[in-house]
Amino acid sequence: MAFEGLAERLQGTIKKITGKGKVSEADVKEMTREVRLALLEADVNFKVVKDLIKRIKERAVGQEVLESLTPGQQVIKVVKEELTELMGGEQSKIAVANKPPTVIMMVGLQGAGKTTTTGKLANLLRKKYNRNPLLVAADVYRPAAIDQLETLGTQLDMPVYSKGTDANPVDIANEAIDKAKEEHHDYVIIDTAGRLHVDEDLMGELQQIKEDTNPDEIFLVVDAMTGQDAVNVAESFDEQLDISGVVLTKLDGDTRGGAALSIRAVTGKPVKFAGMGEKLDQLEAFHPDRMASRILGMGDVFSLIEKAEAEVDEKKAKEMQDKMRSMSFTFEDFLEQMDQVKNMGPLDELINMMPGANKMKGMKNLQVDDKQLSHIEAIIQSMTKKERVDPSIINASRKKRIAKGSGTSVAQVNRLLKQFDEMKKMMKQMTSSKKGKKGGMNFPFM
Amino acid sequence: MGFFKKLKEKISTQTDQVTDKFKDGLTKTRDNFTSKVNDLVARYRKVDEEFFEELEEILISADVGVETVMELIEELEMEVKRQNIQDTEAVKEVISEKLVDIYYGDDNESVEELNLQEDDLTVILIVGVNGVGKTTTIGKLAHQLKQEGKSVLLAAGDTFRAGAIDQLDVWGERADVDVIKHNEGSDPAAVIYDGIQAAKSRGADVLLCDTAGRLQNKVNLMKELSKVKKVIEREIPQAPHETLLVLDATTGQNAMSQAKVFKEATDVSGIVLTKLDGTARGGIVLAIRNELDIPVKYVGLGEQITDLQPFNAHQFVYGLFGDLMVESNESEQES
Repeated sequence: MAFEGLAERLQGTIKKITGKGKVSEADVKEMTREVRLALLEADVNFKVVKDLIKRIKERAVGQEVLESLTPGQQVIKVVKEELTELMGGEQSKIAVANKPPTVIMMVGLQGAGKTTTTGKLANLLRKKYNRNPLLVAADVYRPAAIDQLETLGTQLDMPVYSKGTDANPVDIANEAIDKAKEEHHDYVIIDTAGRLHVDEDLMGELQQIKEDTNPDEIFLVVDAMTGQDAVNVAESFDEQLDISGVVLTKLDGDTRGGAALSIRAVTGKPVKFAGMGEKLDQLEAFHPDRMASRILGMGDVFSLIEKAEAEVDEKKAKEMQDKMRSMSFTFEDFLEQMDQVKNMGPLDELINMMPGANKMKGMKNLQVDDKQLSHIEAIIQSMTKKERVDPSIINASRKKRIAKGSGTSVAQVNRLLKQFDEMKKMMKQMTSSKKGKKGGMNFPFM
Repeated sequence: MGFFKKLKEKISTQTDQVTDKFKDGLTKTRDNFTSKVNDLVARYRKVDEEFFEELEEILISADVGVETVMELIEELEMEVKRQNIQDTEAVKEVISEKLVDIYYGDDNESVEELNLQEDDLTVILIVGVNGVGKTTTIGKLAHQLKQEGKSVLLAAGDTFRAGAIDQLDVWGERADVDVIKHNEGSDPAAVIYDGIQAAKSRGADVLLCDTAGRLQNKVNLMKELSKVKKVIEREIPQAPHETLLVLDATTGQNAMSQAKVFKEATDVSGIVLTKLDGTARGGIVLAIRNELDIPVKYVGLGEQITDLQPFNAHQFVYGLFGDLMVESNESEQES
């Protein structure tokens, strides 16, 4: 599938340049063309791409890139900076009304994930901010939407205000707020029905709810997989309701998520949260800089580091990092890490976050599941201590023994040894680029 | 004979009602597309590189997909050279011809109908990512099949999402068909198994199997889906007779990835493209057909129970280019 990241896309062009020593304007043109295609393939709106390319070209044709020794890397750096700036800073605060309850309205197209996000947001408010929200089932149109919210309410052990499907959504919202005041809920989250942004009647209904309840936040819920139309949807919801922020859902999929950039560029409204899974605690603060990396297909190394930091004991992590840097990382450490990695979540998710991971041989189609993990574990445990520290001594007869001991094959042992070797190399790149922190990333091909 | 004339003849054999449905449902797409192409043609007198660059943008903005657009533009450039077309007005017809070409390729131009068994049970498995409209599609399909005199049964295989079973129940009531269900959180394969047994013993014509939405990069969930399919295969050797992938027309390039991975896991036989009425896009239909060769079998053109229509590429292109055609016919008469 033609779904390469920017780094891969630029590879061919860069190869051509490296032989030349000097970069011409034509080279820059070719590079910006690749950038353009990469952004379009990531579903960034073509108008937004056009503006971006113009700015990138200006900077690229300037001395910044032409005189640099690594023009390819410079182009990526310029692109990333432009994207990051466009995405804006991180804004994941939720408004607090002077006089409770704070009212939050959830709006969006059908199937974006409003009801699930309503549940997740309520969970976040209680868990992180110690609030006591009331959920409001104002989607009277979709069959069983009320049941869905009520089920979520039961799962969360939170009250849901509903009046069945015959009531008017505007009345439901108004009465819910009275009830929240009576029962001292400090937040009210109104789940509205999905609707097309061009549906005048239904958009009028939202405006009425807005007028009556005077919400402190109006979150537009957008599917991260949305294509070129994301811009029109966001623009039109924003025009009619003046939204306060965006929640991007289904970001745990493999979409590049260019829609996020488009929405931000067109409405100027921040993406505040991202839905990262089907469970109710999987709503996270949105990190614009990481999104920029993701759109470019550069891997989400920051999320990876943060995840590691959250799960791994800090002192141990420091030790591990030193080991990675000095290349003295052994199978012993690997085994220890595996336990910690298991706590961090699905391994394929982690691998996806690593820059260049999809470029590595064996990693590209590597679908890691728990069974494979236990094979790896068995192989390592069948090694002697000496072998774990210095895998280079593992010769053919040792391999045979290890395979036998772990109930695997020599080929599997070979594969693990090779992967381990590549992993070590990658770790070195990751850690050495982390030293410079803001200085951009090192790419294997430069 | 010009391409537009041929297209008109093709669709004149179909009822006006269906044609109108496509025209109405595609209003947004058409307005977006036609006005842009017309504007482009008006601004450029000559067909040159810049003209093609702008055309490329128009197609990309319809979510046709970068690869397909590049291919299309290349072919257009060749065709324009071959026919020595200078006038931008004449390009319009070539564009629509190429789009239909892309859709059909070398295949015959028949409409892809559902593979329904004559005297035996037909099992249809519905799959897709979260929020694309699987359950709604089942409701609408059930209604239509029932109207055609078939006895229909639904199996509530989405045991994961809160309220999904209730949602299917409501559709079952609306279409007046029974729903086989277990409790939330139970094994979906077991529900489908029971569905098949019930369909067999009641002598039903069609069993529609709902499944939970899942993102295609979740390996375990995709395996679960393969397992569901295996259970069906074991019970009825030729089944499922159709595996329909439901795609949301507002989805961008990720739709390609969805189609590819779901095809690998469940051997998808056709696509249902939903929410086409609300989007100015829908170009992804072309990309999927071009790159993956999966036919579109149904399109959702509105919220009414009757708004799920069998897909017809001629209708689709006419819906897209109808206005262009009227205009170029007029100009033909003038000259």
